[in-house]
Amino acid sequence: MTSSDHRRGRTNSSPIEAVAGNGLLNRRALLGRGVVLAGAMGAARLGSLTGAAAEPLKDAPLTEAPWSLEPGATIEPYERPSRFEKNVVRTLNNPNGQPGAQGARTPHHLMNGAITPNGLHFVVSHGGAPDIDPDKHRLAVHGLVKRPLVFTLDALARYPMTTRVTFLECGGNSGPLFSPQPLDANVQALHGLASCAEWTGVKLSTLLEETGIDPKAKWFIAEGADAPHLARSVPLKKALDDAMIALYQNGERLMPANGYPMRLLLPGYEGNMNTKYLRRIKLVEGPAMSFWEAKTYAPILPNGKAYQFYLLQEVKSFITQPSPGLTLKEPGLYEISGIAYSGTGRISKVMVSADGGRSWAEAALAEPVLSKAFTRFRMPWRWEGGAAILQSRAWDEAGNVQPTRAQFVAQRGELKSVPPVTVVLNHHFNAVTSWGVASSGEVKHVYT
Amino acid sequence: MFTHSWLITAVWLASCLAAGAAFAEGPNLGKPLDAAAIAAWDISIEPDGAGLPPGEGTPAQGARIFADKCAQCHGPDGKGGVAGVFSAPLVGSDPITDIAASMKRIANFWPYSTTLFDYIRRSMPWQQPMTLANDEVYALTAYILALNKLIAENDTINAQTLPKVRMPNRDGFIVRFPDAM
Repeated sequence: MTSSDHRRGRTNSSPIEAVAGNGLLNRRALLGRGVVLAGAMGAARLGSLTGAAAEPLKDAPLTEAPWSLEPGATIEPYERPSRFEKNVVRTLNNPNGQPGAQGARTPHHLMNGAITPNGLHFVVSHGGAPDIDPDKHRLAVHGLVKRPLVFTLDALARYPMTTRVTFLECGGNSGPLFSPQPLDANVQALHGLASCAEWTGVKLSTLLEETGIDPKAKWFIAEGADAPHLARSVPLKKALDDAMIALYQNGERLMPANGYPMRLLLPGYEGNMNTKYLRRIKLVEGPAMSFWEAKTYAPILPNGKAYQFYLLQEVKSFITQPSPGLTLKEPGLYEISGIAYSGTGRISKVMVSADGGRSWAEAALAEPVLSKAFTRFRMPWRWEGGAAILQSRAWDEAGNVQPTRAQFVAQRGELKSVPPVTVVLNHHFNAVTSWGVASSGEVKHVYT
Repeated sequence: MFTHSWLITAVWLASCLAAGAAFAEGPNLGKPLDAAAIAAWDISIEPDGAGLPPGEGTPAQGARIFADKCAQCHGPDGKGGVAGVFSAPLVGSDPITDIAASMKRIANFWPYSTTLFDYIRRSMPWQQPMTLANDEVYALTAYILALNKLIAENDTINAQTLPKVRMPNRDGFIVRFPDAM
């Protein structure tokens, strides 16, 4: 909270002001809510805001619970979440590992903040997670270099490390939203192939300083040690910018399905390019036109042509709370919260609407706002019990604006029929998502 | 290209040794990698055919291998539709009339024929990648190209002929962000 927020909180004794239609409230007033409530606003007023707190407690007397009357469980070496959180898991589209891709989607609606825990980080796997012995893994750097080199993990671990927070997003995340009709799906199904973690590793440019670069090199091919030997071509520009060989994910070694023991990390770039199980980097003059770049991640345009080397994950946001499955129980005060990110830099602004885009108000951004990272946004909202359509729209520091759905469809088109939600087919969707709130409190995906 | 890069390496290494040069900036913990050592791993194929190994195959040879090692997932004649497998059909050349990714086929979408060899060799069969001999990969490539009428039944596919197979949709692409490249 900034000092100006404190000041406004202390001096604001008037009722919380509306900043946009259908109940969006001044975020600054609420940031200082504790002070306000303790001062000018009494308990009755709080009750009128939340619609519940004024009711006397009557569900159970405050007594010693069983867990307060005996020592708790022995502490485990590697702790897992409470058994009461057993539903906070990824959804799997191919749980039996049938030939083809496996997707594991992050449950955004059951999380908060900006960092995705490693066990909940999304995965798209094209050949399962290999069981790699880190001592036997090797990374070769060759091709148009002056001195081809091969590195062990132990060797890489002695190099100067860099740490940064960055999101990863599958190029196919949100792909079902090319649908001509709204989908019966929640935020996990629609946007769950994006996550954000703190990554630590060695900058690729550090290794290229040692191999040297032949001036003819303009691209590099990154290849994994997994069964598909998945390979992608990356502009050499990215290697000299912020590409990293990631060894640690949120402080621990990478998860097996996220590339253990090392992956290529290309902040802001299409997830599939961030090659897992990285074993080989070959500098070349032009792209290899691998299956994944020549066919899969080349989205068809309405004129029949297709984009090639989309590279970037463009500016995007979506509301995680409320969202489908999180039914509002009663009218009152809620916090609209969500995630914004851009492959081209920091989020500069997120606007929120509760009336389907007729009026907007600027959301609070949780610090720190980092480049190419998830940014949590929040907006207080008083739901009066009527119909509402919640939307968020993000801007980035490069001036890019998340398109409305109409703008996006005009450029990128729309499917002719409703696609399956769990199979990634169409790619690079970043338009505004709308959640419709019914008077029953039920939340559904809608179009405006 | 292979020979070329090896020559560059050799010349460069020689000049380093002569000058007693060191790579002073980093820890220098990488081990030198010579051409023979990387050969076992370097399976990259480029669109101009760079990297294609010796060997060859015909559609008829490929048909036999396909029936044995591929049809269980890709269906007889590569038509797909096998239950429980996420594999797109390998045939079909309908014009693209929809943005649905399911429209994409080899003959109506893939820009380069070399991608076929590269992908089959590195990733297929799905359960046993890198078990096909180069001749088998060439034969399967030939079979699939012939199924799609992109080569004739009697054509032979090898390192010289494959890059010359021009795919119909070669020019059907727009680079999204040229400034990033």
